Amino acid sequence: MSPAIGELAVGDVVAESVFALSRDSLVRYAGASGDFNPIHYRDDVAISVGLPGVLAHGMLTMGIAVQPVVDWLGDPGRVVDYQVRFTRPVLVPAEGTVDVRVVAKVGQLDAEADAARIDLTVTVSGETVLGKAQVRVGLA
Amino acid sequence: MFPSVAPYLVGREKVREFARAVFAANPVHSDPSAARAAGYADVVAPATFPVVIQEQALEQLLADPQSGIDFSRVVHGDQRFSYSRPIVAGDELTATLSVASVKSLGGHSMVTAESAIVDASGEHVVTAISTLVVRGEE
Repeated sequence: MSPAIGELAVGDVVAESVFALSRDSLVRYAGASGDFNPIHYRDDVAISVGLPGVLAHGMLTMGIAVQPVVDWLGDPGRVVDYQVRFTRPVLVPAEGTVDVRVVAKVGQLDAEADAARIDLTVTVSGETVLGKAQVRVGLA
Repeated sequence: MFPSVAPYLVGREKVREFARAVFAANPVHSDPSAARAAGYADVVAPATFPVVIQEQALEQLLADPQSGIDFSRVVHGDQRFSYSRPIVAGDELTATLSVASVKSLGGHSMVTAESAIVDASGEHVVTAISTLVVRGEE
């Protein structure tokens, strides 16, 4: 069952989730996406180009950030538009994990089109890593 | 406008692999019977899957000596996907890249590239829009 627009109000938190990213996650994403830029798995290369360390692929952060919304919708086909701005890199330690926290709120309701804009707040250690992260979803 | 990239055939196992990599847990991404029960012909690709196809299209731009883009100075600025319909396994997709805008901002340039992705019958599926920031020489 998908959520009904009549039951939503702007500002409602519709989904919330924490994802633990490890180096394994980055290697898995590199293989799945075909993005083998070594700054996403080699510390020496990351440091040689002036980065503080290995970073998550921005597209991995974008890819996971929408999942709480998909789970709330119950159907990935309801995502009709999804955009983000990459504002801050996500550093991933060689050992252990880093938590990426996602809070999804209703940003705007479009009753005529039976659609909503869901705004994502995506943070690591309290700092925002994605800007203008917006998902337009169909609720018909 | 660049020539279209050779068609990309969306494979079921590729969709599963990508879904696992982006922590997409909904069974319609991995289980064909769950996908069919939800009204899809086969497993559904996660929302950011078109990046795989966009990458091939963007390679044309980055490899084009006329673009003058130094790949080592490129940072991904923003990304957007605008869908007409979801991608499912079995789709044969063709991307055509165009450069929508080029802006200069304090020594950096911002290149916005659009990959329009259509299916085998030529119907629009999704447009992937990427803004690349090319850092200026220090």
